[in-house]
Amino acid sequence: MPEPEFDPMPGLVAEAAQGRPIDAGSIEMAAVETGPEVHRRTKKGLGLAAWLSIGWIALVVGLAVLAPVLPLDDPKASITDIARRGPLADAGTAPGHLLGGDFNGRDMLSRLIWGGRTTLLVATTAVIIGLVLGGLLGLVGGYFRGKVDVVVSLVLDVLLAIPAVILALALVTILRTQPGTKGGGLDPEVALILALGFVAIPVLGRITRASTLSWSEREFVLAARAQGAKHRRIITREVLPNVLPAMMSIALLSIAVAIVAEGTLAILGASVETDTPTWGNMIAIGRINLQRAPHIVFEPALMIFFTVLALNMLGDVVRSRLDVREGGL
Amino acid sequence: MTAVDEFPDATVGTPLLEVTDVATHFDTERGLVHAVDGVSFTLERGRTVGIVGESGSGKTVLSRSIMGLLPKKGVVRHGSIKFDGVEIGAATPKQMRKYWGAHMGMVFQDPMTSLNPVMKVGRQITESIHTHLDVNRTFAHELAVSLLESVRVPDPERRMDEYPHQLSGGLRQRVCIAVALACGPQLLLADEPTTALDVTVQAQVLDVLEAQQRERFMALVLVTHDLGVVAGRADDVVVMYAGQVVEKAATGTLFSDMKMPYTEALLRSIPKVDEPSHTRLAAIPGRPPDLVNLPAGCRFAARCAYVQDRCRVEQPPLRKGTVPGHEFRCWFPVGTPEGADALARNQEADTGAVAT
Repeated sequence: MPEPEFDPMPGLVAEAAQGRPIDAGSIEMAAVETGPEVHRRTKKGLGLAAWLSIGWIALVVGLAVLAPVLPLDDPKASITDIARRGPLADAGTAPGHLLGGDFNGRDMLSRLIWGGRTTLLVATTAVIIGLVLGGLLGLVGGYFRGKVDVVVSLVLDVLLAIPAVILALALVTILRTQPGTKGGGLDPEVALILALGFVAIPVLGRITRASTLSWSEREFVLAARAQGAKHRRIITREVLPNVLPAMMSIALLSIAVAIVAEGTLAILGASVETDTPTWGNMIAIGRINLQRAPHIVFEPALMIFFTVLALNMLGDVVRSRLDVREGGL
Repeated sequence: MTAVDEFPDATVGTPLLEVTDVATHFDTERGLVHAVDGVSFTLERGRTVGIVGESGSGKTVLSRSIMGLLPKKGVVRHGSIKFDGVEIGAATPKQMRKYWGAHMGMVFQDPMTSLNPVMKVGRQITESIHTHLDVNRTFAHELAVSLLESVRVPDPERRMDEYPHQLSGGLRQRVCIAVALACGPQLLLADEPTTALDVTVQAQVLDVLEAQQRERFMALVLVTHDLGVVAGRADDVVVMYAGQVVEKAATGTLFSDMKMPYTEALLRSIPKVDEPSHTRLAAIPGRPPDLVNLPAGCRFAARCAYVQDRCRVEQPPLRKGTVPGHEFRCWFPVGTPEGADALARNQEADTGAVAT
């Protein structure tokens, strides 16, 4: 949009140019109340795609959280009438089962919601683990530099050099089997979370380190030192709050990657037990019936598709907002 | 009347800051950078020393050397820095931490970057208070408000809850000063505190610094490239060039009886209000020498209007002037027969660096 010759509301634009934090509410208000004059401010708004993404994620997360109290069929109970009946099946959709049933006659809607619960729980917890451990490594390496940084970078590089899927697969297998015995070991869900979390460490660690390196150079960090602040205090109070936006943006993208990774591991038979629904598991066991009842695979695949898309878009929004704020400094 | 008479409690005898032959060199791939090369000066309690020089003359490195805020790697430090009689020239950051904030404070050049953008102004001040003083939140808050008031921030209570980006440059620098003053340091180092500010605000910020210095009987090291800044405010002036002290005197002496051609050139390059408009600004030609490969003789020789053959081969020592405490580094000082002779000879032969 070309710059208008005159500036009807210089204050607002100047504010926006300074990167003043603009909360979503005020943007909406500006758009609704003042009409086209302040279009340049609304341009700073989130935009339709971001709102759709937030809406979709809120819906999926809300359903996942509320799964136990929603009036859903038992995701593990078979109802023979609806086996392989999809929403677009010849015989019509089974009444009361909007998204049809899988090859065992288990209600797809219920399985998608319960599966989403497990998938999101696994992906989010894994990324939180990666965020905490990777973030800690990155902060320490980026702040102290020198030998500490060499060690941190080496660890992260070595972890990055191992193909992620193979590493996760190996970890799941090891964690699920007790040494010396068959089976035993950790709960499959916990094993999956730990494996994916471990794989997420280097990615999140590197981003945190890079961002920490640049923020630690800032004069206010030196000023804090000149005031006698201890390293721990400088890291937690001065550096971390500034690095956090970058970490969050990558964390959102990482959740998306973790969801896909769960699907990959499921196909390889390394996700949770097959009767526990996750989106990945549903695709993995549904693919045998791909030709007769494609909806069993496509429904969870679409869930993954939209959720990953929404997370990626949201991650981009977070990152671009971060850029705006940096530009305004 | 001397400062000691006004404050009989102050420790008499040892000066607050004694910098002796301090050298800070950086070990780089290109070679050893002689950023600060043998600087000495003394600062008494409650007094102001102005350190003047152009970019790259080692002012900032000197002030950071005094604070002990230098990078860990590749730094070679010599000389002695005594703070209140205690040697801190070789202190580790860990040892320095008890001085930082509590005894020595620092105000940085750019208030845009020396405040944390994501922390409220009030928090940045109380944070600093909590580091050194064992006080509760309410007290720290009140102290912070009164600090903001003392640096003449209007409506301090409201500013406490604002973020740095909501403040103007001048206000931010005042906040920086408030942060540095939070724990009542005896020594404040201000590293070009007004360079990043609008001209209109510069005087205000300097006034705030001066007022606080008086009120707190604090020693102030005022680093600047602007002789005008130190003129009315510093008790003594140290002129630096290429890492060395080239002239050092009480402010009045320096301005009335400068001996070093560099000081003269610096002063001449300040535009004067009473000159007719479109008067060409006198600039110092050339650039400061490479701090890795320093010239054998006087470091200012290549740019000096008074330069003679001797200057190019033999480095002048710091010589004492007629007034006690006045020292300068020149073979052909300004305002002496030798100097006038040298200048005349150069003008005749047109060999001086300055086309006059």
